[in-house]
Amino acid sequence: MKQVKLMKGNEAMAEAAIRAGADAYFGYPITPQSEVIEYLMVEEPHKRTGMQVLQAESELAAINMVYGAAACGKKVMTSSSSPGISLKLEGISYMAGAEIPCLIANVMRGGPGLGTIQPGQSDYFQATKGGGHGDYRLITLAPSTVQEMADFVDLGFELAFKYRNPVMILSDGAIGQMMEKVYLPNQKERLTNDEIIKLYGSWATTGKPESRSRNIITSLDLKPEKQEIHNIHLQEKFKAAEENEVRFEEIQCEDADYILVAFGTSARISQKVVQLARNKGYKVGLIRPITLWPFPKKPIAKYANKVKGFLSVEMNAGQMVEDVQLAVEGKAIVKHYGRMGGMIPTPADVLNALEEKLISNK
Amino acid sequence: MTTAVITPEEIIKKGKIVFEKTKLINDGALSYCPGCGHGVAHRLVMEVVEEMGIWQDTIGVAPVGCSVLAYEFMNIDMQQAAHGRAPAVATGIKRVFPEKFVFTYQGDGDLAAIGTAETIHACNRGENIVIIFVNNGIYGMTGGQMAPTTLSGMKSSTSPYGRVVETMGHPLKITEMVATLPGVAYATRQAVHEAKYVRKAKKAIRKAFENQRDNKGTSVVEIVANCNSGWKMTPVESNKWLEENMLAYFPLGDIKK
Repeated sequence: MKQVKLMKGNEAMAEAAIRAGADAYFGYPITPQSEVIEYLMVEEPHKRTGMQVLQAESELAAINMVYGAAACGKKVMTSSSSPGISLKLEGISYMAGAEIPCLIANVMRGGPGLGTIQPGQSDYFQATKGGGHGDYRLITLAPSTVQEMADFVDLGFELAFKYRNPVMILSDGAIGQMMEKVYLPNQKERLTNDEIIKLYGSWATTGKPESRSRNIITSLDLKPEKQEIHNIHLQEKFKAAEENEVRFEEIQCEDADYILVAFGTSARISQKVVQLARNKGYKVGLIRPITLWPFPKKPIAKYANKVKGFLSVEMNAGQMVEDVQLAVEGKAIVKHYGRMGGMIPTPADVLNALEEKLISNK
Repeated sequence: MTTAVITPEEIIKKGKIVFEKTKLINDGALSYCPGCGHGVAHRLVMEVVEEMGIWQDTIGVAPVGCSVLAYEFMNIDMQQAAHGRAPAVATGIKRVFPEKFVFTYQGDGDLAAIGTAETIHACNRGENIVIIFVNNGIYGMTGGQMAPTTLSGMKSSTSPYGRVVETMGHPLKITEMVATLPGVAYATRQAVHEAKYVRKAKKAIRKAFENQRDNKGTSVVEIVANCNSGWKMTPVESNKWLEENMLAYFPLGDIKK
């Protein structure tokens, strides 16, 4: 039977990393996610599983430690919050280019700049549109419960290795800090070096035996014709991820006149809004993207001809709304409602916005 | 008429081999300018790895700079790091593969400018790695710009009238700096522009890898090298200039052992 605990989202994610059989975590403190590294330091996972944990001198160093360790075929994770993720983007771009699998968690706070330490969702563009330089994508998982903070660690590693690409858990300060009941996954064994060589020996730097040519981890190719071929290869992987990895949740959309689209904390609030709206006689549903990239275009497009409008609810100035508009292709009205700077909307705020922007506008 | 018959064996008659290129340096042209010290430095590192019999367990980290393509020339598993981040990348490798040998190969811009934090903190943690630091006082790859180790008054494309230390800072003796850190087991400055220096440099590199084998902490081997292209000199002129100017400011020898 799975173990049940009452935990903070950040702690649940850290515990899930140990249980996923992660080999290493490299991090740097930043609010509101410092509990991840604090929890790991208290737990001493090297005694439980052999997992290494190191506090780096900066987010830059941490992500590059991830680069080095993950390029050895190891299961490696880092986490940070918005300003720290901006620093990590250099390494993330390099890892996408060099095809290194790893897991990165962003427990978002309001920005821009140093912004605030309160929850935000304003790094949606950064996570889903590339963020760093060059043509690449991050598979982006958006948890909306502490349970999902735990569950997406193993899923994230699985997807990272499947596509040999970094995967991001895009959470926010509210989910990172809140405590909920969580069913912890069972402990997975860490892979042995022999198992890693068997599974990833074709590309990982595990030390060159006589039996194979050297493995090189690099994102560089000075010849543009070769770099383009590499880019095409990356795009094919991203296309495959778009076809196979879309995940979402649909709540009461079948008869809906209006559909809310929201992820993470905004989705939890929107779930309540659906209830409040239906009590008032409005037929409202919710689509909750779980993968923000690949974005659930088709599931949203399916309702474009059926509903009177979509409201994208986000803790930002309007970012995901652009993807909703692209999915809807002008077939229905798409509006945005958001709070910024670390402010969290109440269900009443969202219901008011729904009435003002869509229902009374008709 | 009789024809003398010469067998193939007689044609390819082997003499006594007194020297062979290490098999860990790949065949094919290096990307370095003729006269540059990088080729010798590469060879020394690979000779040491070969002679210690550790090539199957050695992972190298290439930097950004002239030696960005070091992985093309060294016949071992290698990673290419972002600019300045090689000591962090090496830390990551060593932490998950403590039984492997890990080294970085970096230039002065990479190690002593953009990567200063990574260099100092890897050394301060006493990461059990080898750092090979090739200091030629200039950014060679990008076309001869000023480096943290460019000498006072020395011309470069971004100090065209000579480095003015009052506004551009002083040439950085980073090897002396890291030698003060308890995590550093060995810090030394060597050169490769003449045979006598090459022999000493190889001994230093060997000692650095032996330190790693013995879990002693970080070993930093600085190699003062020429950059005849960047310095706008012939190879011979650049070696003379190195001897007279670079070695005056960056004296050779062990700083910490």
